Parts: sequence; structure tokens; C-alpha cells
Amino acid sequence: MPETNYDQEMAFFVDMQRCIGCHACEMACAECETNGQESMIHVNYVDREKSPQTTVQVCMHCEDPTCANVCPADAIHQDEFGVVHSANTSRCIGCSNCVLACPFGVPKKMEEAELMMKCNMCYDRTSAGKKPMCATVCPSQALFFGTKEEIERMRPDSEPVNSFLFGQQEVNTKVNVMMPKGTHQLIIP
Amino acid sequence: MFRLFKTLNRLALIKATIAAVLTIALVLIGSRNLQNFDPALIAYLIGTVFAIFGIAYRYSVWIQRPPTKLYWRRSMQFLFSKYFFPYLWRSTKLFFRNILFQRFIAYRSRTRWFGHFMLATGCLLAFAITVPLTFGWIHFVLKPGDETTYYALLFGFEAGSFSLGSPLAFIAFHGLVWCSVLVTIGAVMMMKRRFTDGGLIATQSFENDWLPLILLIAISVTGLGISYDYTFLEGKTYQFMAVTHAITVVLFLVWLPFGKFFHIYQRLAQLGANLYKTEGKRRGMATCPHTGKEFATQTHINDLKKVSKELGFNYDKEGGRNHMDLSPEGKRSALATAHLKARKEGGKLFG
Repeated sequence: MPETNYDQEMAFFVDMQRCIGCHACEMACAECETNGQESMIHVNYVDREKSPQTTVQVCMHCEDPTCANVCPADAIHQDEFGVVHSANTSRCIGCSNCVLACPFGVPKKMEEAELMMKCNMCYDRTSAGKKPMCATVCPSQALFFGTKEEIERMRPDSEPVNSFLFGQQEVNTKVNVMMPKGTHQLIIP
Repeated sequence: MFRLFKTLNRLALIKATIAAVLTIALVLIGSRNLQNFDPALIAYLIGTVFAIFGIAYRYSVWIQRPPTKLYWRRSMQFLFSKYFFPYLWRSTKLFFRNILFQRFIAYRSRTRWFGHFMLATGCLLAFAITVPLTFGWIHFVLKPGDETTYYALLFGFEAGSFSLGSPLAFIAFHGLVWCSVLVTIGAVMMMKRRFTDGGLIATQSFENDWLPLILLIAISVTGLGISYDYTFLEGKTYQFMAVTHAITVVLFLVWLPFGKFFHIYQRLAQLGANLYKTEGKRRGMATCPHTGKEFATQTHINDLKKVSKELGFNYDKEGGRNHMDLSPEGKRSALATAHLKARKEGGKLFG
């Protein structure tokens, strides 16, 4: 990787309950130069028939990424800051293993291009000391990029959690989800 | 040094040795016991045998990884099934479309495809010309009494002829010049992207992205130097041109199995992935329990559950369910639902 100003004091905090489904993050995401003007963030209704609830999902940048492990082409790389990068374009064979294995449902397969793409935390921006595009435009702060002290000050009744339990599998991530105070893990039944 | 031997992959070492020995045997057979072998090309021969050893070794290590092994096994199983002919036809079409013409890159960007196509075509043509020449498989001779016709021998058998000074001779003898032009144009186009694209500037590295392009241009320019020398300089600088070209080519060959160029061989797996999807669709699709929509082939989901377990991930849930039964959208919704439940239980929706 080239010279970088990636600030490891800064972290990503997601609070899905704050998502109002405005799609501003999607528009902003497409401005990220590492995506080739494709939006990588996901905004979707949780259960449209029953509720207006929407959710927003960025790559959680797992400590031991399932996507990279199941990639048959060794195309997904995790850098020294823990950022899990989008597929290496020369290696990705477009098999979709990562798309189907990611527990958070993040990677996207660009069918015609035979390529997986995903959020890489706006590496062009974060490596230059800037904030990811989505976090800069989110009007409800469902997406927040800043220091732990900042988020603790802003959300005194919440706790940043980066541990998830999917059935029997525990997944620890670089990105945090804001949970009720005293919670240490989000259990997905 | 001893540690290096201890960490060697035994199976890969055996396969790579067989590949290298087979290559040497084919050189002996094809050049008629070195009778048609050009000793001036010995450095290239050694470099090529090393490259074949290295590629076979790395390929073998690569396909031993659980997900790769699965794709490899499945691809072979599906190809050599009762659908052999339709699948062979499909794979052949895709080989031309996606491997030789790399059309999938056009959907990423048209200029990028054009640059890559020039680069790849130049390289593949150059391989097709230089490998048989280096191995002594192709050899040109003049016959007594006829000093204007060149005869091409393939594996020692006459395979065609052309008149010296004819347009065909000009095209054939300058084959590597055309390749160099294609490679240089392609490499410059790819370099331009790396100078101007913000995303690439942020993520590229010298050894993986710049060095291959610099090396290809160096090979092309020094190769053109040889032609320039014998065409315009009466061979006065031949030694310098020949040695610098040999150095760049041997560096390329030695590096071929390790660096970015490995993707040339890796790319073939794309054909297997396509076959896997086609046969999977025939066998049946998986439906997401959350969205109620088909999202992948059931074969893929079942295989992925097994492979991920082999890799130490267990997404099994209560009641025989598995998190991988959910589509990507289903997974995002499951996470949001669990989050909402936790927030409700915490007493505050927005902490």
C-alpha cells in the first residue's frame, strides 16, 4: 500500500435504529473513488409489509473475515489497519463465495464484470485522514465516524459493540454497532 | 535454508518437478535431441523451465486450499458429466470471450478493456512465438540449391515455407516487434490509469501494480532495441541490446509464478466458476426464508456451509438452520431485527 495517513484513533459506529431510509449514504457512497462510482452501501426495508423500519449496512471489516477465507482466488486482502479491501480486480473470478458467506450480507457481485465489490471504508478518503463519504452525509447519524470519546459523549446511554453471534459463530469486527448500555454482544438468532 | 525445505509443500513439489522434467523431455523430443535447439537461447530456456516449475508449484499449493479445491473438484465433476458436450461448448465460448478477449473487463471500463486487451494479446502472442523457438520446436532452414525460400520445421517436420523478402516473411520475422508495440501501448494506457484514478492511487502498490508494467515495457523496449540495431545500426550494438533484453526477460520469467502475472493462470478458474453456476441452476435454486426469493444455487449454499466449516467457521443455528440459508438481504434484515429487539429490551430506541 502507498504512504497513508490512516488515523487509527478514528472508528466507525453504526446505529441501524437511526436509519430513516433517505438513501443519502447511497448517493455519497457512489462518489467514493475506490468504488468506480458504484454505491456499495446497503439500505433496505427490514420487513416492508409489517413495518417502515429500514436498515443500513456497511462492511463491518471483520477481524477474521469469512469472505477472505472462503475466496478461492485469494482476492480479498486485509491491510495492517484491519481494513478488508474490495476484491483484487486481477484475481477475482466472480464466483460469489464471499457474497453468500458474509454474515452481514455486504459484498456485491457485479454480474457482467465478473467482479465482487464491497465497501472498503472509503480507503481513498480514510487513508488521507478524511471520513468515509456515507458518514459525512448521514442526516440522522445512523452512520458516524469519529473517536470513541466523541461517540461516548454523544450517546451516553449506548455502548459501541463489535462482537456478534450468528448461531454458533462469534464474529468480531472493526466497525461498531451502537447497543444499549452494558451490552457486549449482539446475538442474531 | 533448512527451514525452507521443511516448509515446502510435498505434493506441489512433486507436481512441479514432474512439470519441469516433462518440459525438458519435450524440449529434447521437439528439438530432435537438441539438433534444432538454438544455444543462444539457453538463458531463456533455463528461465522458462524455472517459470514452469514455479507456476506448477504455486498452482498446486493454490488448489489445495479448501475453497479452491472444491471449485476445482466440482468443475471437473460437472464438466465430465453427461452434459460434457454442452458444457465443453459453453466453456470454449467463454474461453474465447473471457480469457482471450477479456470482455468482462469492458463492463468495468471500455478503455481499461482496450488497454488490457492490447497488453494481454501482445504477451500471449509473444509467448506463442518465443516458447516454441526457445524449446527448439520451431526451426527455420534453407535448402541446398534454393537460397530464397525459408522452410519452417515444427518438431523436426516441415510445416510450411515462405520466400525471403516476401510480405509474409516481413510479418513473421517482425512478430515480436508487433507484440512489443501492442504491449507498450497497453502498458502505457494502464499506467495512465494508475497516475490519474484516485481509487487506484489510494490502493496500489509498487511491487504488485507498477513493477509488472515497468517490466513489460522494459522487455518491449529492449526487444525493439534488438530490431533497431540490426535494421539501422548494422548490429553494432547487438551485444548490449541482446544482453539487456535477456536480463529483463529472465527477470520476468523468474518472477512469473510469484507476482501479479500469476493471475494469467488463475483466471482460468473463472470458467470453472461459470460451469459451477450453470450446473447449480439446473439442480435447483435456494430460496431465502426472509425474502422468499431465489438468491443462489442450493449446491453453492450447501458447498459453502461445508467449506466454511472446514475453514473453522460454524454458522449453524438452532433447529437445523444455518445463517447461510439467508440471502444477503435476509442477513441484513436479521441483524436489524436483532438490533431492534435489543434496543427495545434496553428500554431506549435511540441511546
